[in-house]
Amino acid sequence: MKVHEYQAKSILAEYGVPTPNGSVATTSKEVSSVVNSLGGKAVVKAQVHAGGRGKAGGVKLVSSPEEAESFAEGLIGKQIVTFQTGPEGVPVEKLLVEETIGVERELYLAIVVDGSTKRHVIIASQSGGMEIEEVAAATPEKILRVIVDPNVGYQAYQGRRIAYGLELDQSQVRPAADLIGNLYKAFVERDCSLAEINPLVVTSEGNLLAVDAKINIDDDAMFRQQALEEMRDSSQEDQLEAEATTYDISYVKLDGDVGCLVNGAGLAMATMDIILAAGAKPANFLDVGGSADVEKCTKAVEIILADSNVSRILVNIFGGILSCDTAAQGVVDACKNKGVNPKLVARLLGSNADEGKKILENSGLNVSFADTLTEVAERLTE
Amino acid sequence: MSILVDANTRVVVQGITGREGGNHARRCIEYGTNIVAGVTPGRGGTLWEDQVPVYNTVAQAVSDQQANVSLIFVPAPFAGDAILESADAGVGVVACITEGIPVRDMISIAEYLKHSSTQLIGPNCPGVITPGANCKVGIMPGNIHTAGNVGVVSRSGTLTYEAVQQLSTLGIGQSTCVGIGGDSVSGMSFVDVLQRFNDDEDTDMVVLIGEIGGTKEQEAAEFISSNMKKPVAGLVVGASAPPGKRMGHAGAIITGTAARASEKAKALASAGVVPIPTPADIGRIAQEIYSGMTK
Repeated sequence: MKVHEYQAKSILAEYGVPTPNGSVATTSKEVSSVVNSLGGKAVVKAQVHAGGRGKAGGVKLVSSPEEAESFAEGLIGKQIVTFQTGPEGVPVEKLLVEETIGVERELYLAIVVDGSTKRHVIIASQSGGMEIEEVAAATPEKILRVIVDPNVGYQAYQGRRIAYGLELDQSQVRPAADLIGNLYKAFVERDCSLAEINPLVVTSEGNLLAVDAKINIDDDAMFRQQALEEMRDSSQEDQLEAEATTYDISYVKLDGDVGCLVNGAGLAMATMDIILAAGAKPANFLDVGGSADVEKCTKAVEIILADSNVSRILVNIFGGILSCDTAAQGVVDACKNKGVNPKLVARLLGSNADEGKKILENSGLNVSFADTLTEVAERLTE
Repeated sequence: MSILVDANTRVVVQGITGREGGNHARRCIEYGTNIVAGVTPGRGGTLWEDQVPVYNTVAQAVSDQQANVSLIFVPAPFAGDAILESADAGVGVVACITEGIPVRDMISIAEYLKHSSTQLIGPNCPGVITPGANCKVGIMPGNIHTAGNVGVVSRSGTLTYEAVQQLSTLGIGQSTCVGIGGDSVSGMSFVDVLQRFNDDEDTDMVVLIGEIGGTKEQEAAEFISSNMKKPVAGLVVGASAPPGKRMGHAGAIITGTAARASEKAKALASAGVVPIPTPADIGRIAQEIYSGMTK
């Protein structure tokens, strides 16, 4: 689960990681009054779940409450389009208003989960404000990595090693080691899957400050992070993706015209690749899950059909726990509910495959069958 | 011979009295798997379906029934505890089917297992099957498998069935099929499984199926280029996935360039792995390699 910058900073602040003074506002009047309370100068930042908002006009340094108010009026309630959003963009409902900071240096600090060492890894670099992937590609030797042993947790010497590696002044070494320790504590206790401070600023007064922050929470740990559930902002997600989540369906919207109903994440990705290899484009990733019933399969197909780009649907089910007739009935019910008759390519294998085929054949829907993935590709190009 | 499970495998099912655990235990028994015990705390001393003794603890199941492999269907919040219980009881191979274990829990478990001889398969996986020994420890459909000499290792569930179906249809049997699971932090890696296939006299070649996210395929490539004595055919799915989006599996998210399907396929190809161009070509490529080997 992604959270907004202001929410990430509230988590950091709770764990003693220093963040700039400021507050979040939902109206232009509020923005203006926060700027006023900060002394008339401030940074105003659109709160959206997408990178690249600065270049998209979502961040502004303002020098008066009036300027802030008119900037806010142009943003609140509008969509913002960045390289990470679709062409329709994401809505701006909140703005974070913060004090301006005298910047001496911009650093990078993050904690991620590393599947190779099966441990948490702290990553830092002197090139703050840049995407870490760019730094990794250009100057990989400049990235500092410290691996934390989960048995003993973060140790101060690891923080000192990073601090000296970042060439901080001696007076900043201990605060940096404390800051990194606090970030690690927040990461572990709040079940984060990513925590990134970029930039971590050394102010002109020599203090360390988390000027921008990004936190993702492990979706699988939400059952024990109920307090964080309140931070969920479904308006930032694609509406169909958000709806799918409520039915426990894994759905990701893409920009092609071939809708996909598949069971299993790996087979769903393979199905998308087959569509691409056949010269067509998938409209979505969809894993309906192993224990789906007719109702859930129906909902899945309705979500696929709600995407106006979808002109045909590929049903690829390897029946096991989910039997093929259940999936087939879902397809038929969804098309009936929506009153549509799209071109269907169906490949049903495994449990109750024949029953499933019969349901589709007798439905009056425009369906053609395939037995193998090769035949699926052929049907798509016919 | 085979890897991980064979005719000597004695399975304890953790969560056998649950709906899912029960259904799959039944199917495993139908396939021929020797399920010797179940574990559900509070149900110790009873018989499951009049045939399998249920114990309160894994330790008791091990000492009474000499269970040496565990199959876990415990819900995610408690699955980590179930894995550790089996490892602590000395169970050699643990297959954890459960999906949705928090990453933080898996980091602690993985750390514990580094100092243990227990091999963990999964979590969030279909399990492991050795058709030649009629031994199925997992949720895969048994009837698509045939006994033979191709090892299959994959991060996926249904895509593994797809691979097996293509192989069996062409008359190519499998030695052992292992689904290592779709999570970012998990038990056995590709390398752990490849090592065993390398040493297994019943395995002539390996089909490896990877996907986007992480660097597990690159690590496999490194191992293959310097150690693998047998041919490997490789497929990486997810070429059409957009960056930053989770594709169902918790580990299937592209977060850097190394995590891309194209980068992984490139690493495998440069290690001498025969590329499988699309998911429709798994059987065909394996057959080509196989016929080349027997000439």
